[in-house]
Amino acid sequence: MSPNLHIAFRFLTAKKRAMLMSLSCIILGVGLFIVTQAATTGFEGFFIRTILGTDGAMRIQDKLQATQGSMAAGGYNSGFEIEQKENLKYIEGIEEPGRLLAALSEFENVSGASAVLRGSVVIRSSFQNQSIQVFGIDLAAHVKVSDLGNQIVDGSLTSFRDSPSGAILGREMANRLHLNVDDSFQLEALGQVRRYRVSAIYETGVSDIDRLRLYLNMIEARSLLKEPIKATFLQINLANKDRAPEDAAHMQQVLGYSAEPWQQREKSWLSAFSALRITSGITVSVFTLIAGLAMFNTLAMIVLEKTKDIAILRSMGYERADITRIFLWQAGIVLVIGIVIGGAFGAGASYAISRVPLPHGGITGIFATKYFIVDLRYWHIVQAAITAIFTVMIASLVPARRAARLEPGDIVRGTAL
Amino acid sequence: MSAVVSSVVPSGEKLALRCTGLHRYLGQGEGRVHVLRGVSFEAQPGQVYAIVGPSGCGKSTLLYLLGLLDQPDAGEIAIDGQLMSNSEDSVRTAARGLHIGFVFQFHFLMLEFSALENVMMPMRKLGKLSPAAMAERAHGLLASVGLGEKTHRLGTQLSGGEQQRVAVARALANQPAIILADEPTGNLDVKNSAMVFDLLTRLAKENGQAVILVTHNPEIANRCDLVRPMRDGLFV
Repeated sequence: MSPNLHIAFRFLTAKKRAMLMSLSCIILGVGLFIVTQAATTGFEGFFIRTILGTDGAMRIQDKLQATQGSMAAGGYNSGFEIEQKENLKYIEGIEEPGRLLAALSEFENVSGASAVLRGSVVIRSSFQNQSIQVFGIDLAAHVKVSDLGNQIVDGSLTSFRDSPSGAILGREMANRLHLNVDDSFQLEALGQVRRYRVSAIYETGVSDIDRLRLYLNMIEARSLLKEPIKATFLQINLANKDRAPEDAAHMQQVLGYSAEPWQQREKSWLSAFSALRITSGITVSVFTLIAGLAMFNTLAMIVLEKTKDIAILRSMGYERADITRIFLWQAGIVLVIGIVIGGAFGAGASYAISRVPLPHGGITGIFATKYFIVDLRYWHIVQAAITAIFTVMIASLVPARRAARLEPGDIVRGTAL
Repeated sequence: MSAVVSSVVPSGEKLALRCTGLHRYLGQGEGRVHVLRGVSFEAQPGQVYAIVGPSGCGKSTLLYLLGLLDQPDAGEIAIDGQLMSNSEDSVRTAARGLHIGFVFQFHFLMLEFSALENVMMPMRKLGKLSPAAMAERAHGLLASVGLGEKTHRLGTQLSGGEQQRVAVARALANQPAIILADEPTGNLDVKNSAMVFDLLTRLAKENGQAVILVTHNPEIANRCDLVRPMRDGLFV
């Protein structure tokens, strides 16, 4: 052990009570920072999994058609032209979904693609009528680009696949219309009314989907919506979902269709989660700030009490830098202990709250969960540690430098401070 | 037997310490006092010097200047032939660790540390010896001041006389060429005063160290090799 560290340790143990205050705040600051970051990351991750499981990693829709880039404003050859901001026109829908699906299979990162035909209809049950959205899908393709297989809470996909008049309803929709598996209902679209049967009920946890989205087999949907060829959009799954923006840009260029990655589609929610994570991090950093202030106070007190010891050390040949280090070591020792215990506390508390049931039966709306979701990452601990180190060391620097500036002659003479 | 002298340096003799024309002001504004008014002093190895004089005459101020704990407003201080008075703080700090041992009036032990750790403290900074050799030397020094059985006691568990003996051992730890003692017996009873002084002078003589002590005690002063009386910031 270096002499400076040895001295720091002894000074520290002589001030246990005062240091305990700083230590407690560091433990709380680090621990709560980890818990809040793990929880927000957990909920954000769960939200992303949910939206990827329902709407996929990417959607291709609307053909892009180039238009003129500028317009002559003062007549032909006037030399005065107005530049168009965006030289593109969007044509709704996918005209040749089969060819596009074949082209998509050439993209390395694409792990699945499903054509979807969407249309507005009115659903009629014996209980009430409601406007909803029909999604015509090819089940085999769609389960590769969504988590529909795992979202079924009643009935079965096999029943849906084998029955042309079968339909999959969202949980909220089924509840509102008082429909159960095997119940029949009617869909009204484009002046026709057809009868269908509930094959399965799904639940994504996303209220807008569970309330409004009904799946039909593609052939039946084409017939109902009178759309024999086109698809509304292609839902795509990617092996590496983080690469979606780059792949979307590439596809847009190659295929001539607009491609929207999930990061852009869910931008507002992702921004909200990000803001929540930062806000909660800043809020719990107050504990770390208090730890810094407590450390400043304690070290300032030690400097006052140890002026003679500082003079002795300086008279023995200890340099100003040694004195600074002695005080910074004290902060460092408390920090290390605080970060280790705080890290363990944070990890333990994160695990504990993941076992705590959420009030009112859980959360639904943007996803469905009955428990707190935590996702503890090593960088949560690193971030918490960096925050604590930054705050406490900055706070410790002032008394440490003050101690180093003391003149031994003034101390011995009794005129220091 | 002591002798009051005005000049103590035979020409050609190697000096442990030399200062010339030291001036020092303390305080600020109207309270500014000219404490030292051109003091010159020389110390030879193996000699014990007593600086005596009334309170406020500048004895301790001179001692802190000689120990490089303070800087003069004018004049020069040379230790082991090297000019130190105007050198940088790091140079003066290194010189303190290497050449100078201090004994203060109120022992100034570090109370959270044992006697052994206190004595080892200067050695650990200097870093010339291995930890085992440091401990062995510290044990030896404590034994030589009669505290061989109390090496692991904390400062708070030692009497005033014992604490001052630990301070003497600590001052000798790095075998400095100069021992500076500011009223080393000022806080002790007669028996302990005599013991501490004997120890200091005996060990210094054995090692050929120059001892400069400030004292009000005439008995102690009379037992030094040379006595330098001071008055109003000057040797008289």
